[in-house]
Amino acid sequence: MCCLSKEKTVRPTIDADSLSSQIRDNSVRVIDVRKEEEYKKNHIPNAVSLPLANLLSDDSPERAVKLFQSLGIDDETPVIVYDDTFGALASRVAWTLEYLGHSDVSLLDVTYNQWNSLGLENDNKIPSINSKTHSIVLQPQILATADYLEEAKEKEGVILLDNRERLNFLEQHIPGAINIPYRTLASPDKILRPKDEMKRLVENRGITPNSEIITYCGSVGTLSGLAFYALKSINLSNVKLYVKSFKEWKNLKKSTSKQENADYWDLSAE
Amino acid sequence: MSASKLNQARPDSKSPSVNWAKIEEADNFAKTVKLYRQGKYDEDSFRRFRLQHGAYGTRMTNDYAMVRIKIPAGKIYPTQLEKIAQLSEAFSIGSAHFSTRENIQLHWVVLEDVSEIMRGLAEVGLTSREACGNTVRNVMCSPLSGVCAEEKFDATPYAIATAKFLLRNPMNQNLPRKFKFNFSCCEKHGMVRMCDVGVLPETREIEGKQEKGFKIFLGGGLGNKSFVGYQLEEFTPEEDLLYTSIAVLRIFDRMGDRKNMARNRMRYLVNEMGWEKFQNLVLKERAVVRATQSVIVKLDVDPIPEEIKKPIRISESGGNSVPDGYARWYKTNTFNQKQDGYQSVFIALEAGDITANQLREIAKIIRDYSAEGMARNGFSQDIAIRWIHEDDLPKMYSQLLQVGLAKSGSLTMASPIGCSGTTSCNLALTNSHRLAKEIQRKFLELKLDEEDDLRDSTIKISGCPNSCGQHGIATIGFFGGGSRVGKDMYPTYLMSLGGRSDGETMLGINCLRIPAKKVIPTILKIIELFKQNKKDADTLSSWIHRIVNGSEDSDIKSINDFKQILSPLTVPPTKDEDSDFYTDYGNDSSYHTKTGKGECAA
Repeated sequence: MCCLSKEKTVRPTIDADSLSSQIRDNSVRVIDVRKEEEYKKNHIPNAVSLPLANLLSDDSPERAVKLFQSLGIDDETPVIVYDDTFGALASRVAWTLEYLGHSDVSLLDVTYNQWNSLGLENDNKIPSINSKTHSIVLQPQILATADYLEEAKEKEGVILLDNRERLNFLEQHIPGAINIPYRTLASPDKILRPKDEMKRLVENRGITPNSEIITYCGSVGTLSGLAFYALKSINLSNVKLYVKSFKEWKNLKKSTSKQENADYWDLSAE
Repeated sequence: MSASKLNQARPDSKSPSVNWAKIEEADNFAKTVKLYRQGKYDEDSFRRFRLQHGAYGTRMTNDYAMVRIKIPAGKIYPTQLEKIAQLSEAFSIGSAHFSTRENIQLHWVVLEDVSEIMRGLAEVGLTSREACGNTVRNVMCSPLSGVCAEEKFDATPYAIATAKFLLRNPMNQNLPRKFKFNFSCCEKHGMVRMCDVGVLPETREIEGKQEKGFKIFLGGGLGNKSFVGYQLEEFTPEEDLLYTSIAVLRIFDRMGDRKNMARNRMRYLVNEMGWEKFQNLVLKERAVVRATQSVIVKLDVDPIPEEIKKPIRISESGGNSVPDGYARWYKTNTFNQKQDGYQSVFIALEAGDITANQLREIAKIIRDYSAEGMARNGFSQDIAIRWIHEDDLPKMYSQLLQVGLAKSGSLTMASPIGCSGTTSCNLALTNSHRLAKEIQRKFLELKLDEEDDLRDSTIKISGCPNSCGQHGIATIGFFGGGSRVGKDMYPTYLMSLGGRSDGETMLGINCLRIPAKKVIPTILKIIELFKQNKKDADTLSSWIHRIVNGSEDSDIKSINDFKQILSPLTVPPTKDEDSDFYTDYGNDSSYHTKTGKGECAA
């Protein structure tokens, strides 16, 4: 099936070996989303820097597209994003690109730390970049707003997925949400579990290929961004990110649910 | 090339000696949960199935379970701790809980994720099978077996062999009620009289030859009604251990009360029948078992002793500064092994709770310092890392200090036991779990862990009358309830005094109902009274022991005298005077009791 398709298949993640060879061919744009000072110390060869905080300071499509253009990305540039935060920050940047209409974007399937412990190359040279032009063709089918979510969550077949830690979920969540903490998504050496495991886990939780899924987390859509790509990795494509997440939901004073009559916080050993 | 190849595991990581897991059970569990959710499995059969596989219900919800991981004889290995850490982050609350029966529990697990935990456990040879339900629960063994100077021989291989024989054995899959085995090193360290079958190593000499065997205690146990076990006979020869176990299980299976859930532990059967009759029955049944085994059934006791290999130090000396607090920690957390130059270190947890990161650190510390390359779960919601060379203790202490695991007082009264209480249990009336932590913090703040005359006393707290917190055998024990002023409720604990679980095992005597927020002042008052009235060699527990037995001659001669002195502490203030009095620990809202259906927790 795949061989007949003319369109290049974009995988949600790319492994370290493949990235190494693509860097040698200079056929990709690699984005490092860690803090700038960390990037300056060293990074994957040829990677450019886009700290997540920089993007989030104003992630309107108009500004975001300028940022990506200044990193030398046009509509056709294959992009790979990495971080050192189990893939969550990278996911948020990758999702933004996708939302702008850029289809060829993947996450590196290991963190920068793991990349280094694999003994792969790193560098402190900052590449020179020529700005490029990128169009804006927004992809509303991967974005959920509070209004959209409020209406959709009542519908059959829509699953609302909370990716915060269990205790936070128990304490307060959007009514009707189910909880898959972001830690569930990773394996010990990859930012995402192998597909068969991920599939089994997600199926056990009642998520089917026909489901429409809306993911959210605490505030800016990072943990839930990772879940967005976790679901994508097992070919669940009808996924929306509620990018403003629970922080906005609470500010809007919308209704929340709580696990009542249990003092679960006292079980944790912090 | 993968990350794991480069980051090689440390060479001295010991692998588990027994694989307790069966991966098919995870598949089966996942399938059954689906059927249950589709309504194809009725509530009762599903509950039985779930409990058989170690998934216990959670307070006020059907969506979550607690997974109880059995650690037979308490033997736990670094790779297993690391796996549990990972599972707790992925599927639980990022912390795990060490129970009083050498289990490790993961709470607030989504029922649909339980099978994933079972899979993860199988990777490291662990199981939750028969950790709950009407089965033989985790077979315990004293964390000091093998290193205790008082022991006749190491009971550990017998505990492991017993667990191996009984796990998944059709004989004991559907008992009238749960069934508990405890092995110990000596009378002091293992609670052999407080379980269904307690086993203590014993030797005798016959014609100049040393023969191994056991003292076996039957019919004890803590619960809504607690009983002290009886010794079956003077000496049970080694080969009779298995036959005795089978005989007792058969009798219980046949005669146990299957109708009355509240009274069907074996201790009730023993109590109703009378000990002598029960004893005769066991001896007869054992003769039948011995004579009718079609094949000779024997315990598979591993005769090879654990390899003891002192870990190689990279920097053997240098930087020998002793960190702050070391002396106090050394005094209150280490146990002198019978083997020269070695100590067992008991890690004090708060009511058994430990974070995922701390579990990983413990795994590292075991690899770095323990000459046996593993650890032992203790009886007091704690963990013992044994075979630490005396010279390594300061370094190990600083490492523990860095990760918040160097609390002092683990072997003293300053480490109270608290069951899970209202943090997760359906039956709980009070937050006993948090109260235990509050008492520990107060004791450490007042440095009471350093006082020699308090050392052998204990505080144990249950959130309801069902004794999971073992209050009945505590020097000062508490179990939770609610009291009322008009329409306002406040949390209380019934306090008992003088319980113990050693050679002179007895249950504590009920004293007074103490409001939750007055428990700490009450304990401190008792300590103050003790200091005023003690005789030279007294410890708090020996003093209280004399009082409850009516043989004390100082100002306080009886439980009644305690009642009189302490009763002012129990008078409720009005809500206006002190609204905090009407709330439980860990909860700001007004206290009220709320319980669901019990499934028999520990």
